[in-house]
Amino acid sequence: MSSSPGQSLSTAPTQGPVSARVETPFQRFAAAFLEDRVAVAGLALLAFIILSSLIAPWITPQNPYDLTRVDLLDSRMPPGSQTMEGFTAWLGTDGVGRDLYSGILYGLRISLVVGVVSGLIAATLGMSIGLISAYVGGKLDTFIMRLVDLQLSLPSILVALILVAALGKGVDKIIIALIVVQWAYYARTVRGTALVERNKEYVDAARALGLSKSRIIFRHILPNCLAPVIVVLTVQTAHAISLEATLSFLGVGLPQTEPSLGVLIANGFQYMLSDRYWISFFPGVALLLTIVAINLVGDRIRDVLNPRLEK
Amino acid sequence: MGNVLEVSNLATYFETRAGTVKAVDGVSFAVGRGEVLGLVGESGSGKSVTGCAIMGLVDPPGRIVSGSIKLGGKELVGLDDQGMRAIRGKEISMIFQDPMMTLNPVLRIDTQMIEAIDAHEKTSKKAALARAQQALEKVGIPAAADRLKAYPHQFSGGMRQRVAIAIALLNNPSLIIADEPTTALDVTIQSQILAKMQELCADSGTALIWITHDLTVVAGLAHRVAVMYAGRLVETGFVDDVLDHPLHPYTRGLLRSLPSEGIPGQPLEQIPGMTPSLGRLPPGCAFAPRCRNATEICHRSSPEGTVFPNQRLARCHHPFDSVAQPVGLTER
Repeated sequence: MSSSPGQSLSTAPTQGPVSARVETPFQRFAAAFLEDRVAVAGLALLAFIILSSLIAPWITPQNPYDLTRVDLLDSRMPPGSQTMEGFTAWLGTDGVGRDLYSGILYGLRISLVVGVVSGLIAATLGMSIGLISAYVGGKLDTFIMRLVDLQLSLPSILVALILVAALGKGVDKIIIALIVVQWAYYARTVRGTALVERNKEYVDAARALGLSKSRIIFRHILPNCLAPVIVVLTVQTAHAISLEATLSFLGVGLPQTEPSLGVLIANGFQYMLSDRYWISFFPGVALLLTIVAINLVGDRIRDVLNPRLEK
Repeated sequence: MGNVLEVSNLATYFETRAGTVKAVDGVSFAVGRGEVLGLVGESGSGKSVTGCAIMGLVDPPGRIVSGSIKLGGKELVGLDDQGMRAIRGKEISMIFQDPMMTLNPVLRIDTQMIEAIDAHEKTSKKAALARAQQALEKVGIPAAADRLKAYPHQFSGGMRQRVAIAIALLNNPSLIIADEPTTALDVTIQSQILAKMQELCADSGTALIWITHDLTVVAGLAHRVAVMYAGRLVETGFVDDVLDHPLHPYTRGLLRSLPSEGIPGQPLEQIPGMTPSLGRLPPGCAFAPRCRNATEICHRSSPEGTVFPNQRLARCHHPFDSVAQPVGLTER
C-alpha cells in the first residue's frame, strides 16, 4: 500500500487506450460547420469580400479618395465605358466621376471596419457587464438589466440617429453610436448564459480551489458563455453594417470624403429615376451580398453551437 | 494523532421565506492526521452543508450562525474572504460528487491544474506542469504527460474523478473533504477510487472527511464514522463499533435497510416515514416520529449527546445500551 509520492503506479490502466489525437473544441466546431454546403458557400463569399476589400489598392484602377485622379468629365458613365483616365469602368462611374468598382471596394473596407470594430467593442463591453451582472446579482443585476431593457426598448436607428447628430460625422463617431446601440444585446445574452453557468459545479470546484472572483468570472465562466455570444456577434455585425449604411444614406453617417457603401447608394439615389441605375445599384448589391454572407455564416454557427438543434 | 480539524457546535442556518432552516445545528467532531472520517446521512441531513461550511462556501441566504471550525488550531469561522481563499485549495481541498460537472468543460486539464497551483504560490509554468503530471501519475492515470493536454470530455467518469482527486492533492492539503465522490461512478471504479484515496491519504498523512450516504463505503474506508440526521450528529464512534453495535435507532435503521442485511426474496426493511423538513422540526427528538422505540419524552424534549466508552457518542433518550454503558453527558 505504500508508495512514495510521485512514483508512477501501474495499477490502474482501467480505461481504453490513450488516444494520441487531442481534438480541441474548435476543431470539432470547424468540422461540424463545414458539413453544410450553403454555409461553406457563405463563408467563401465572405472571405472573398473581405479579401478583395483588403487588397483593394492593388486591384482597383483608381483611388476614389485621390481627387487628382478623379475627372469630372468621367461622371455618370454607364458600366463598361472607357474613362478619360484610360481605364475601363466596368461598373460605371458616379456623379463626380469616381469609378464605382473602386468605390465599392474602398467602401466595403469602411463598412466592414465599422461593423467589425463596433461589434467587437460592443461584445467585450456587453460581455463584461453581463458577466458581472450575473455573478454579483442582487441590486446591481436589477439596475443593469433595467438599463438594458431601456436600451432595447428604443429603436436602434433612432438612438443611433440622435447620437450621430450630437457627435457629428466621422468613422469614430459612428462606431461609438453603434456600440451604444449594440452593447445591450450582448449584456443580456451573456447574463442569461452566465446565470446558468454560475450554478454549475465546476464554479464551486473553482471556488474550492481558492481562485479569485475575477479569475472565476473571466477564466471559467466566460469561455462557457462564448457560444451564444459568437452567434449574436455575427448577427449584430451584419446589423451594424446595414445600420451604418442606413445612417450614411440618410446623410448623418459618414462624410462624402469617406465613402462607405451607404454613402455610395445615397449618391446614386438622385439618378435612379433618370436611367442611371448603376450608381446606386452596384453598391447596393455589394451591401446585400456582404450581409447575406455574414448571415449564412451566422446561421450555421448558431446551428452548430446549439445543442438543442442537434440531429 | 493531533487533530487537523476541530469542529465544535457548528450551526449553519438558511434564512428562507418559509422560515429559518437549521441545516446544521450544533455539530461537533474532530479529524486527526491521516484519519478518515465518514460523515453519513440521508439526503438533506446537512452533511454536505457541513462540508461547505468548513470550506467557507456557504452562500447566502445560508450562514454560519455559531460554533467554531479550527484547522490546525486556526479559527476559520469569521475569517474574511481573502483569508479563506488562501486556505481553500491549499490547506483544505474538496472533491465533488459528479466528476462530469466539476471540471470546466472548455479548459484543458493542464490549464485547470496549473491554475490550482498558481492560485497559491508563484512557480514557473514548467515547474507547475511537472507537478501536475506527477499528481496525475500518483492517482494512476496512464500516459499522464499526454493526458494533461486533453479536455475533460475525453476522459471517462472514473478518470475524471481521478483528475479531480489529483487536483485536490496538488497543494498537499492537510484535509480533503470528499462530497460523495463515488456516487456517480459504477462499483468497480468506485472500489478503485476508494482504494486509491485510502492509500494516498495514508501516505501523505492527509485527513479525509468522506461524505456519503453509503454505509458500505464507510465500512471499508473510514476509521471513524459520524451519522447525521436532520442537521445534527446522532451518533459518532469508531467505524467497527458503530456499524456492529449501533447505539442510535436511526443508525440501526440505516444498517437494517442495507440489501445485504435482508433475506433474499423479502422486501428490504425501511425506516418508516420521511426525513423531516428542516424548517419545521418536531419539538423533541427529530427522529422520534419515525422511531419505533420513541416514548413520550422523545416527543417532548431533544436528547442530549451521551458519551459512551471508546469515544462514542449518541444523541438518544433510549440508546441500545446493551453493548455500552453511558459514562457522561456532553455540553449540549
